[in-house]
Amino acid sequence: MKYLIYPGCSLEKGAAGYPYWQSTLAAAQALDIELVEVDDWNCCGATEYIALNRMAAYALIARSLALASKMNGYREMIAPCSACYLNLSKADKYLSEDAPLAAKVNTALAEGGLSYQPGTIKTRHLLDVLVNDVGYAAIAQRVTKPLNGLRIAPYYGCLIGRPAFYGQIDDPEYPTALDKLLKTLGAEVVDYPMKAHCCGGHMTQISESVAFDLIHQLVKGAADYNADLIATVCPMCQLNLDGFQGAMNRYYKTNYQMPVLYFTQMMGLAFGLDAATLGIGAEVVDARPALSRIGVQVPPPAEEPPARKPHKSKEALPMPVMPEEK
Amino acid sequence: MTQRIGVYVCHCGSNINGMVDCENTARWAGERLKDRGVVVARDYKFMCSSPGQEMIQKDIKELGLTRVVVAACSPHLHEQTFRNACARAGLNGYLCELVSIREQVSWVHTDPLAATQKAMALIAGAVERVQYHEPLEPLRVPIHPATLIVGGGVAGIQAALEIADSGTPVYLVEREPSIGGHMAQFDKTFPTLDCSACILTPKMVSVGNHPNITLLSYSEVTNVDGYVGNFTVTVKKKARYLNTDLCNGCGVCQDKCPKKVVDQVFEAGLGYRKAVYKPFPQAVPKYPVIDRENCTYFQKGTCKACEKFCPTGAIDFKQRDETITLQVGNIILATGYDLFDPRRIPQYGYGRLANVFTSLEFERLTNAAGPTGGQVVLRDGVTVPKTVGIIHCVGSRDKRYNNYCSNICCMQSLKFAHLVKEKTGATVYNFYMDIRTAFKDYDEFYQRVLEEGTLFVRGRVAEVTDAARLPGEEGKLIIQAEDTLVGKQRRIPVDMVILSVALEPRRDAKQVAQTFGISCSMNGWFIEKHPKLDPVATMTEGIYIAGCAQGPKDIPAAVAQGAAAAARVIGKIQQREIALEPVRAEIDKEKCSGCRICNNLCPFHAITFIEKQNGSRAYSEVNPALCQGCGTCVAACPAGAIRGTVFSNQQVMAQLTGLLIANGVPITELETIPV
Amino acid sequence: MHAIAPNAPPTTFLDQVVAATPGEPHLAMCIQCGTCGGSCPSGSDMEHTPREIFAMVRAGMKEAVLRSNTPWFCVSCYYCMVRCPQQVHVTDLMYTLKRLSVKTQLFDESIAPDFSKTFVSTVESYGRAFELGLMSRHMLKHNPFGVFKIADMGISMVTKGRLSFTPKRIKGIDGLKAILAKAKELEAQDDVRILGGNA
Repeated sequence: MKYLIYPGCSLEKGAAGYPYWQSTLAAAQALDIELVEVDDWNCCGATEYIALNRMAAYALIARSLALASKMNGYREMIAPCSACYLNLSKADKYLSEDAPLAAKVNTALAEGGLSYQPGTIKTRHLLDVLVNDVGYAAIAQRVTKPLNGLRIAPYYGCLIGRPAFYGQIDDPEYPTALDKLLKTLGAEVVDYPMKAHCCGGHMTQISESVAFDLIHQLVKGAADYNADLIATVCPMCQLNLDGFQGAMNRYYKTNYQMPVLYFTQMMGLAFGLDAATLGIGAEVVDARPALSRIGVQVPPPAEEPPARKPHKSKEALPMPVMPEEK
Repeated sequence: MTQRIGVYVCHCGSNINGMVDCENTARWAGERLKDRGVVVARDYKFMCSSPGQEMIQKDIKELGLTRVVVAACSPHLHEQTFRNACARAGLNGYLCELVSIREQVSWVHTDPLAATQKAMALIAGAVERVQYHEPLEPLRVPIHPATLIVGGGVAGIQAALEIADSGTPVYLVEREPSIGGHMAQFDKTFPTLDCSACILTPKMVSVGNHPNITLLSYSEVTNVDGYVGNFTVTVKKKARYLNTDLCNGCGVCQDKCPKKVVDQVFEAGLGYRKAVYKPFPQAVPKYPVIDRENCTYFQKGTCKACEKFCPTGAIDFKQRDETITLQVGNIILATGYDLFDPRRIPQYGYGRLANVFTSLEFERLTNAAGPTGGQVVLRDGVTVPKTVGIIHCVGSRDKRYNNYCSNICCMQSLKFAHLVKEKTGATVYNFYMDIRTAFKDYDEFYQRVLEEGTLFVRGRVAEVTDAARLPGEEGKLIIQAEDTLVGKQRRIPVDMVILSVALEPRRDAKQVAQTFGISCSMNGWFIEKHPKLDPVATMTEGIYIAGCAQGPKDIPAAVAQGAAAAARVIGKIQQREIALEPVRAEIDKEKCSGCRICNNLCPFHAITFIEKQNGSRAYSEVNPALCQGCGTCVAACPAGAIRGTVFSNQQVMAQLTGLLIANGVPITELETIPV
Repeated sequence: MHAIAPNAPPTTFLDQVVAATPGEPHLAMCIQCGTCGGSCPSGSDMEHTPREIFAMVRAGMKEAVLRSNTPWFCVSCYYCMVRCPQQVHVTDLMYTLKRLSVKTQLFDESIAPDFSKTFVSTVESYGRAFELGLMSRHMLKHNPFGVFKIADMGISMVTKGRLSFTPKRIKGIDGLKAILAKAKELEAQDDVRILGGNA
């Protein structure tokens, strides 16, 4: 099998979601899937661009779609990030429905020597492709080290299932594809009531109270159900739940230690792949205690950060000083 | 041109005249169609009024009209009026042709000039057509005095009793082992809080004992043939595995049966029954049935405990389904409703969260004859809830599921609030979008529930969850909604949630509609002949509808419709015979080649084949009493030997010619068109 | 269905909001049931729930709507949109309101629009997003104390190779800049038609 893939900024080397990329490549290779990256793709605009410029936001997305449509006959493209998946498929839908909008977007694209015929590229989420094209049976065949004994809270977040009318891949309220996948890998799957709730998206940057409330609900929900870890399908969700869990703990005076890993990392482990290859160990909340329950060895944590400030590039801004350092 | 034709254009107030220039249309017909036989053309404000009709009668007598064309509303409404007017003046009613310039012109167009031109063209078509009309007499057929009623809920029961009391026979067919329908499952009825069973069971007993009612329970209609006055109905009587002539209804079989199963029908999944069972103590008829799927003997080949203990030897494992045929003159469909499955709204948690109940489950819970003996408790069977949330409009008023308001949910939810308060003293919240209490004594009941201290939150509930977040939420179900009157989101922890689920058409409603030849809406509700003026008749003569099969309604409305349908049927029966439209097919014996193609095509089995006899050829023949004039055979006959009265080739071609004349095609050219 | 003739300038605020939203947002069909407000993860922090905002849009309360923090607290979870019994495109409408409030400069001096602007300027310079630069620039500007609270997380991410300091620049950045410039020009023309003098 061969697919076009749009990694998205969060999955790039050096970005927060890089372990998702590493584990996606490893899992795909194990399943004999060849992934071809769209040449010179650009950012999808996340949820921000559309808040300022409608036309430019559509043109931004259309540029990536136009580049994908130039890639030798592909009609489908995988996006592992839920926000990229939503933006790319939603823009294609509205461009298909709204001819004047499509005409203006093409006028803009022409300035960069490009054009895009709406409906040419169907964007699909990685989870959709894995469970529907590859299938649970083929995945089960590849499992060599089942995740027996590991209790996992399957976390879908919002954009993989909502708004469902862009092409429903699962129930928008109570999705089950990831549950079934994790069961296929041998894990014990928690009936996680928060599975499709929101991680807060960009609210960590806008409102502490809203962001920490949502992260708290999700982490508490998984802990209440005695989950060993949360498996996620989106780099934004992973960043919020993992990266901001400590800050949330301080905000609520709690002490949750709920590891958050990508579903592709869980696939890799079940396929018997090496934890380091899958980018495991880069998570902020330590996953080793949970993974040791199934005998997975995780590389030791990196050295303590160097005391000196990292080398600044010309445009980099100063790093904040940690209060504990004082 | 030998016919003398009168053309009459109706304004229908401004209904037609607001879009079609009626005066000019009449003038045009009088002048331009003079050489096509029109001797008089008039317009009038209301042609259906007495002066309007008298105008036509006067012209027939004084001007010697031999044909009449009336351009007005749809023939569905006033064709009979104008046919009768003609008949009163001595002209056969079938020599009058109606042109619909309201439903097909003024109501559907927006350009007055084009609409007027279309009206003129349609009139010209009718003028050409009516020349070829011939005097006809309606067919008179006797009406069979028996009536079939399908569905033994309260609407069907009411209809059956009304008709049976009038002295004619009734067959009441019910799918379940007992009549009673949903009403038999309820505890109390709003707004009076009568005990539902107490007011229903006397009627059920009357049905069971009535000399004029043949009760066919545990039976289903599989086929319907014929037409008004003369339906032939095939009914499948499912095997009860029990000889009803011997059974005395003692219930020993039920006591001795070792197999207990969840009762998904009568107890709404909240209680148990045996594999041999009668659904509830007051069931009519009193005989149990053996549920083959769950019976140990049928599944494993041994047991027969029921047979062993039956004091009258009534159990009969060899019994088979039986097919019977009934002759009836009229049919009433009162097939009721199903409930919306709230698992389709996963965020309300039904099926995942134990203490989320449906409205029907709650009816059984609070019913003294139900699984808990009327104790309102959580699904653990013992804990009495301290706080209860009732959610309105679950699956109703929602474009994703059902657009309509389910009519009874507001009152039902208020009733639940009252019952919970009365039995448990719990705090009760009602989550509503609008409170609709529009009938007699209903709003007074709302006042009473308010006075009892039930709390109301105006907002459609977003979700029900067991994921606790705030203090006081642990171990509770949390209902999250916007209190729209405050403009704030609220999370209200409760012990029990009751979902007032939508009423939906029966899952097989479309199939039933097809069996009986009536139409149903996109949703599956049966469609009445007229939403205001003919609410229990259907477009198919002799078939009536009553109760929730027509749309969501409460008990008083269902009973009223049952009685109304009965009154319509009794009226028909008393006419003894019925006049049928003489729109029929006729086979020209000389032209018929005897190929028999038409024989099998006829949907009404109205064509019989006459074998070759000494001297005469074989040919096919139409039974005019069975023929419905659909025209299938006319179109199919390779020899062109079949002619449809009122729709002959000649008439249809002439009508087209008229339309073309009005559009300026010269008559000389038209004469070359073969008629 | 609230339809207005194409190219006819909208007259009411409701019509302006509808015209500025892609597709048919069904805003006129809102029955004020509160499903959106009840479902919203940040509903309790909004000055007005989405339902109330829609009532205000219909009442023509343009300034109050565009000054409100409501659209900026939308987390794009789309719960409101899939649950709405009237199929109102709530999330899409929130994007429209954000955009209109920036255009009319009614809610400009705050954290949320500034985050969007920071993000957009990064994308416009590099073609890709630049997480660390974005987060630190935004946080230092608006939350000089708050940022310390999560600094440890930042450090941990850096050492684990999950926050790069140098943004990636796409090869076709010049083409992208030209595309975006043209798109903004076309959008400005649209805005003049939709918003009249307010654009």
